[in-house]
Amino acid sequence: MTVNRLSTAIGTTRTEARMSNGLLPTGVQRRTIDGTERLATRGEPVYGEPTDGEWRAWAPDRSKLGAMFELEMETGLEGGETVLYLGAASGTTVSHVADFAGPTYAVEFAPRPARDLLETAASRPRLFPLLADARKPETYAHVVESDVDAIVQDVATRGQARVALENRQFLADDGRLLLAVKARSEDVTREPSDVFEEVCTDLEEGYEIFERCRLDAYHDDHLGVVARPR
Amino acid sequence: MNDSAPDAGWFSGVDASDLESAAAAVRDGSSEVSRDWPALAVESGFTADRESYYDALKEATTAAARSAIESRERADDRQLVHAIRAMDDCERTANELAERLAEWAGTVDPDAGTGLEYARELASEDREAVAGEPAIRSLAERVADLGDEADDLREFVERRAPTVAPNLSALAGPILAARLVSLAGGLESLAKKPSGTIQVLGAEDALFAHLRGHAPSPKHGIIYVHDAVRGTHPDHRGSAARALAGKLAIAARVDHYSGERKPELEAELAERIETIQARTSDADIGNGDDDGEPAVDGDRDDENGGTNE
Ligand SMILES: C[S@@+](CC[C@H](N)C(=O)[O-])C[C@H]1O[C@@H](n2cnc3c(N)ncnc32)[C@H](O)[C@@H]1O
Repeated sequence: MTVNRLSTAIGTTRTEARMSNGLLPTGVQRRTIDGTERLATRGEPVYGEPTDGEWRAWAPDRSKLGAMFELEMETGLEGGETVLYLGAASGTTVSHVADFAGPTYAVEFAPRPARDLLETAASRPRLFPLLADARKPETYAHVVESDVDAIVQDVATRGQARVALENRQFLADDGRLLLAVKARSEDVTREPSDVFEEVCTDLEEGYEIFERCRLDAYHDDHLGVVARPR
Repeated sequence: MNDSAPDAGWFSGVDASDLESAAAAVRDGSSEVSRDWPALAVESGFTADRESYYDALKEATTAAARSAIESRERADDRQLVHAIRAMDDCERTANELAERLAEWAGTVDPDAGTGLEYARELASEDREAVAGEPAIRSLAERVADLGDEADDLREFVERRAPTVAPNLSALAGPILAARLVSLAGGLESLAKKPSGTIQVLGAEDALFAHLRGHAPSPKHGIIYVHDAVRGTHPDHRGSAARALAGKLAIAARVDHYSGERKPELEAELAERIETIQARTSDADIGNGDDDGEPAVDGDRDDENGGTNE
């Protein structure tokens, strides 16, 4: 168990770092890079993103968590958290997470992107790559510690609520679930808003939803959700 | 390891300095529940403190993910087998239909060409002569599409073969590598075949005729298409095929069992083939061919190849 660095409820305890940095965790800043103001973290570049010294831009149109920050969702992240990341792919987003968070467990089940993830992880000593299926938490529960401060999930597969519920066991009681739901992964033929409704209803079996926000400005037919275990 | 306890951490029973067993524990272990592993690891004396626990975890998860990725990618040999077979089917069907199309179009188009190229021409431009026969044009489009599909599949195989079988692909080229994997029924069974069998893979008909006593033994199967064989004087092709098959057998084994790249195999083959090709046609053929096991009666350099390409 690590010290829980999350603010307890919405909009209550704010650290100074957060006050001075809007809703961004320490280690994430808005910086002007290539003449545009962008989110940025400090770390080895990963996907050809523009950089400014040790800062590298975090592209919200390539990252759902980036979009959630850009859209000023209240993620509760302050920096330094222990994170379980589900659906890490080649590491675009999880590399930024590892830049500002503490120990970060990255689960991905497709070998091809995981190969790139290994490279991304090489320069990040607290980013742990796991080739595993997020629907089978028992295959990594012997590695991932309990009471993580946040689960970030972006699996773009059918049964996204199920995945979040099955991984709830890893999350501290006051931890945060930061979930990106892709409507088309559930059902291509249905209205995205109907799909989102259903996913959120399923999610409420195990989570209390704080905030939901369409990410369409950056990702078509995606919903961002902030929740905590109930 | 930790399969004794259903809720033990990956480090239980593992020596922190033994990376291989640590990686195996991460990769193959499981637990019904998660616990505060960093604290438990320090408590059990696995590592001195939290930070060194995370250092050990980093090494173990990296090694475990790397080996899991490699074995999953190698399992991709099934994909390769299907792709190369589908590619062959598309090519054969496209060619057959292209002939049918050329025959048909020839009845209305005095300048009718032949083959896939003509089908593509018909599909892409409005040709006066066949304008009155939309059925011909429609068939041409199908043929051209099939040809495109075959091209896409070829690209897929060319991309995929080097990850599935890096050494075999480097020695044989991705397409021939995929054909060998396909003929053997998978990379694992290819890796288990003696080089004499690899030498005649794809020449099964000729081999059975030989075994029934009707024909000389085939000198080579599909590997005939390799420059090392085709570029060698017919008198020495048996030797070249044997040398090539020997290296391919080694490459397949390395690819299956370790996946590590061994560029020296290419250099060794090149040197061997150079020696064989330098012989004069009346030199004492059959000597010094100790790289590969002979195919059936392989030390006779018969006139007949196993394939009729
Ligand atoms: C949209 S991509 C994630 C992109 C990534 N989060 C980023 O922003 O860099 C979804 C990923 O989830 C992975 N995935 C899908 N189902 C999964 C499962 N059951 N377990 C683990 N990973 C899964 C896919 O292989 C894919 O790489």
